[in-house]
Amino acid sequence: MSLKSLIRKYLWTVLFLLFVLISTVFHFKPGEATLGNFKMFFVEMISLIPLMFILIGLFDVWFPKEKVERHIGKESGVKGIFWVIILAMLQAGPLYGAFPVAYLLYKKGCSIRNIFIYLGAFSSLKIPMLTFEIGFLGLKFSLLRSGLSLPIFISIGILMDKYLKNKSFEIRNLKQA
Amino acid sequence: MFFNILPAFLNILIAVSVFLFLIPNETIVRYLGKGTGLGGILVASVVGSVALIPGFVSYPLAAILLQQGASYSVVAAFVTTLMMVGVITLPLEIKFFGKRVAFIRNALSFVGAIIIALLIGVIM
Repeated sequence: MSLKSLIRKYLWTVLFLLFVLISTVFHFKPGEATLGNFKMFFVEMISLIPLMFILIGLFDVWFPKEKVERHIGKESGVKGIFWVIILAMLQAGPLYGAFPVAYLLYKKGCSIRNIFIYLGAFSSLKIPMLTFEIGFLGLKFSLLRSGLSLPIFISIGILMDKYLKNKSFEIRNLKQA
Repeated sequence: MFFNILPAFLNILIAVSVFLFLIPNETIVRYLGKGTGLGGILVASVVGSVALIPGFVSYPLAAILLQQGASYSVVAAFVTTLMMVGVITLPLEIKFFGKRVAFIRNALSFVGAIIIALLIGVIM
């Protein structure tokens, strides 16, 4: 990879680092505050992303295409829904972290319905986040909210599946620059 | 794979950091803290869709909203759209799923969040 394409890829990061560096030198408050936020989220990302990639790696090796297709593929029915939801619940991190996993699931033959159910469960039923939610908003609210989101994101999965049935649809991975 | 995704993730982190600086929690509390009714739910859904706040910040924030007098359905609309709808992350989602599908998924999730919020209002 040439230096030029490397800089282009990380353009925003470079600009941002320059901005906070200058802000720190000149004690520019907005820059310092933004850097504080960035540090907090960077630590979160750095601690979660490797775990996510390890899980993706293990999933890739442990579950061959044939197995994925059988359990969460087109003919998997209600059991398939159950498995993708469990898979999503065991994870952590923000929704955009689930996109690479969705790509992997797609590659391995997971059905379209189950991919969108996975995204729904990932966004609203992750166990680490549920414990946090119960702590701050109470058990009743958390159970109600998650219980109500279940039929909603299953419906979204079914709708997306119906909508995309006879259309060309593929999930792409981010391209190597 | 990691280095393919790293720049996109860093860009989102930068966006989150700038977003939280421009719109601090106090501003969100001011706009959503007294929210009730259908109007409150709609405002909370729009704010939750556009905002990019990680869970470990959004739940304490949601608890403050409740204390300030926001209804449970407003809080449900806010946290659900925060989790399921992402306007700022849309460019990244489009790279994976394509424009059409990313838009539809977000639109359906937005409607779904409002349904969840309304039902929570009825039940709680």
